[in-house]
Amino acid sequence: MATPSLAGLPRWVLVVALLGALLVVLPLAAMVSRVDWANFFSLVSSESSVAALLLSLRTSAVATVLCVLFGVPMALTLARAAFRGQKLLRSLVLLPLVLPPVVGGLALLYTFGRRGLLGGTLDLLGIEIAFSTTAVVLAQTFVAVPFLVLSLEGALRTVGTRYEAVAATLGARPTTVLRRVTLPLVLPSLVSGSILSFARALGEFGATLTFAGSLQGSTRTLPLEIYLQRETDPDAAVALSLVLVIVAVIVVGLAHRSGTAGERRSAEL
Amino acid sequence: MSRQRLFVIVALPLILPLSLSACAGPPGDDSSITVFAAASLRAPFTEVAEGYEAQNPGTTVVFSFAGSSDLATQLLEGAPADVFASADTRSMAALTEAFPFRGEPVVFATNSLEIAVPPGNPTAITSFADLADDGVRSVVCAERVPCGTATAALEEVVGVTLSPVSEESSVTDVLGKVSSGEADAGVVYATDVQAAAGAVEGIIVPEAGEVINAYPIAVLADSANEDAASKFAAYVLSTAGQAVLEAAGFGAP
Amino acid sequence: MTLQLDATVPARGFGMSLTVETGETLAVLGPNGAGKSTLLAVIAGLLRPDSGKSTLDGEVLFEVAPRTRSTFIQPAARGVSLLAQDPLLFPHLSVLENVAFGPRSAGVRRAQARAHARRWLEEVEAPELAHRMPTELSGGQAQRVAVARALASNPSLLLLDEPMAALDVSVAPALRRMLRRVLRDQTVIIVTHDILDAFTLADRVVVLDAGSIVEQGPTHEVLERPRSRFTADLAGLNILSGVRTANGIRTFAGNEITRAAPGIALHTSIVAAVRPSAVRVSLAQPANFHVAALPGIILDVEPHGGLVRVRAEEFAADITPALAAELDLAPGNCVWFAFDATDVTVYPYQPSTIIERGRSAQAKRIP
Repeated sequence: MATPSLAGLPRWVLVVALLGALLVVLPLAAMVSRVDWANFFSLVSSESSVAALLLSLRTSAVATVLCVLFGVPMALTLARAAFRGQKLLRSLVLLPLVLPPVVGGLALLYTFGRRGLLGGTLDLLGIEIAFSTTAVVLAQTFVAVPFLVLSLEGALRTVGTRYEAVAATLGARPTTVLRRVTLPLVLPSLVSGSILSFARALGEFGATLTFAGSLQGSTRTLPLEIYLQRETDPDAAVALSLVLVIVAVIVVGLAHRSGTAGERRSAEL
Repeated sequence: MSRQRLFVIVALPLILPLSLSACAGPPGDDSSITVFAAASLRAPFTEVAEGYEAQNPGTTVVFSFAGSSDLATQLLEGAPADVFASADTRSMAALTEAFPFRGEPVVFATNSLEIAVPPGNPTAITSFADLADDGVRSVVCAERVPCGTATAALEEVVGVTLSPVSEESSVTDVLGKVSSGEADAGVVYATDVQAAAGAVEGIIVPEAGEVINAYPIAVLADSANEDAASKFAAYVLSTAGQAVLEAAGFGAP
Repeated sequence: MTLQLDATVPARGFGMSLTVETGETLAVLGPNGAGKSTLLAVIAGLLRPDSGKSTLDGEVLFEVAPRTRSTFIQPAARGVSLLAQDPLLFPHLSVLENVAFGPRSAGVRRAQARAHARRWLEEVEAPELAHRMPTELSGGQAQRVAVARALASNPSLLLLDEPMAALDVSVAPALRRMLRRVLRDQTVIIVTHDILDAFTLADRVVVLDAGSIVEQGPTHEVLERPRSRFTADLAGLNILSGVRTANGIRTFAGNEITRAAPGIALHTSIVAAVRPSAVRVSLAQPANFHVAALPGIILDVEPHGGLVRVRAEEFAADITPALAAELDLAPGNCVWFAFDATDVTVYPYQPSTIIERGRSAQAKRIP
């Protein structure tokens, strides 16, 4: 579209939309206004802040890889297979989206904790999850995987099975069809879903706090660091929050771009 | 990805808090006072308020319990309150610099540290020094929060350096890690052990008496109901008030 | 070395058995819902039949019978390639990679698969498209590439599902010519509703209706001498069935047509075929003795090419719009259809090939 057009929309829609946008933008602006710019760099480059940021990026990256690893087969199963209880399974898989993070943390604790469902088994295998970086990654994966499943399942349904059927009659085995046809067709959605998962993992707080603990360098991610900084040094907390917001904005921007690319492609199909 | 679905995901968390916060404002009634109190005071202060209300019919006490530094931040941002009861002198001090009180803050209770272990004490902890043993997963408060500052001081007094598996940002989180059995031991306040009511066992540290945490209370200068507010502070310091606090594990001022 | 098929899909009212010889092209004709697509899906392995058996070159494709263990070979392992109305080129692969997809899936090395793909692109007269993306192709080009892709996978059997239906009429003839050339040595089943496709490409024809085979045989035999009303409609012919009499034919409706019918025994079933364009329409019964005439009630009157087709229950005629206007024809009118006896083709009802009408797959089940 060359020129912006507001034609055809009732004026009240625009007014309400503006109010809604303010609700989102104003708090961010207010936070930016509180940033102590003179000391910004020294605030965000303290040892604990850098450690938290690096830990966050590292764990979120691993969590995103896990989301792709588990999420792709889950989305394929939900989109392509037909079985009893499929609807229920979909609702369950998407549950972390609406679950309060602390509840998620408790659920993980009761599963992977020392006295949890799998705790004894893991203990026997010599795997300790509590208070480890693994616990952070688990918590992040738990809350982020629905984003990937949701966006990928939608894309798979939109693309349909016709290309897969053709590929099969050309002699491609199911794994070849998946690798050379299905996944390339939904690649834009896979990318945007992964980016959203990464963003969600980056922002994970409640489940990590409840499940993984908080120790600099191993479990104290950026959101936990911000929460702790706020106790003693609100300026540092605000500065770090801004860093998190900037990372999130970049990530959402990337996801949006690959999302529109995906839409363009499915429109061409 | 379906745009509509994405929208719902993004929009839900924005809409939900609105409907909730709409009902959380304190009543503007003249005969009520709002007390900002440290989270560790929840149980005893609720009981104290019942006694106070019985003595002062027509006056109701509305509480806001949270971490002391949270409450201090909220007061600085202009949250309306009549009384502030902090779990440490630091939060109170941070406030007094920028904030007028009616008179000086008065210490109404003290609290000391104790070791909390899961029921049955599986790793057989008997002393503070045991926490530093290899194979004991201890959890403490981060040094940047009051309970962590106190823990660091206690470490100095006892002469033991802990290497905790986690430094939590609140004493509740420390307690949670211990009661769930994730950690073998945690350093918390005596009152927390008392309040946990069997979910953890307490082990007294003899040196803890040297690291006393004082709880100051003050009436805010811009209180709309100064008379009732002052009466509440006085009631907390009265014999009746002190008896409730003592029962909850607090020490005398 | 053939395709043998015997299958039922009761949910779709589908049940038939057929055979395709190696190197033969079989056209499957029939209206929408006749079971054409079901037939292809069953052979390709995209649909699991409820009972029946099929073999291709001696290899079992599926064998399903109650109380026995079923065999069902996955689509990828059947050596059956399917080309649909929509070319469905993989949008993320270039034309060359699309055509090379089959050989690559069969484990052929990249360079070799590409060389193979180039040969097939030349075969379909589209070598210059090799490096384009599917979105940059016209409908006709895309369908050529799809043909190359289907053949490059070296299928034992190629299934074509109305390959020309989605194309512009101007490009269809060129594609049809190309198909005639490249399909010459292939074993092919082509589903179509266009008898021109059948005449151009097919050695043999089966006509489906309501999930069953109505008629089958060599293309010219079936389409020029239809026995069923249904095939006659497809072939654009009027047919009248009756009995051979001394003078010619007495139709089952009781009309007499005087027409020599050499070589057809008296009192045997006989069919007479007349093209609609040879039929005249009048309001009164024609007096002319040499003209055969039948009464009929008009069902509809609609444009047909430059003419107007007047259809009755049993018969149709193509007349000029001027005449149609002059006679003021409308549905419900009673008119006479007349034609010269010399315009009638007669042939015995019993064809040289067997008519398999609704033969159930169950009757043939091997115990």
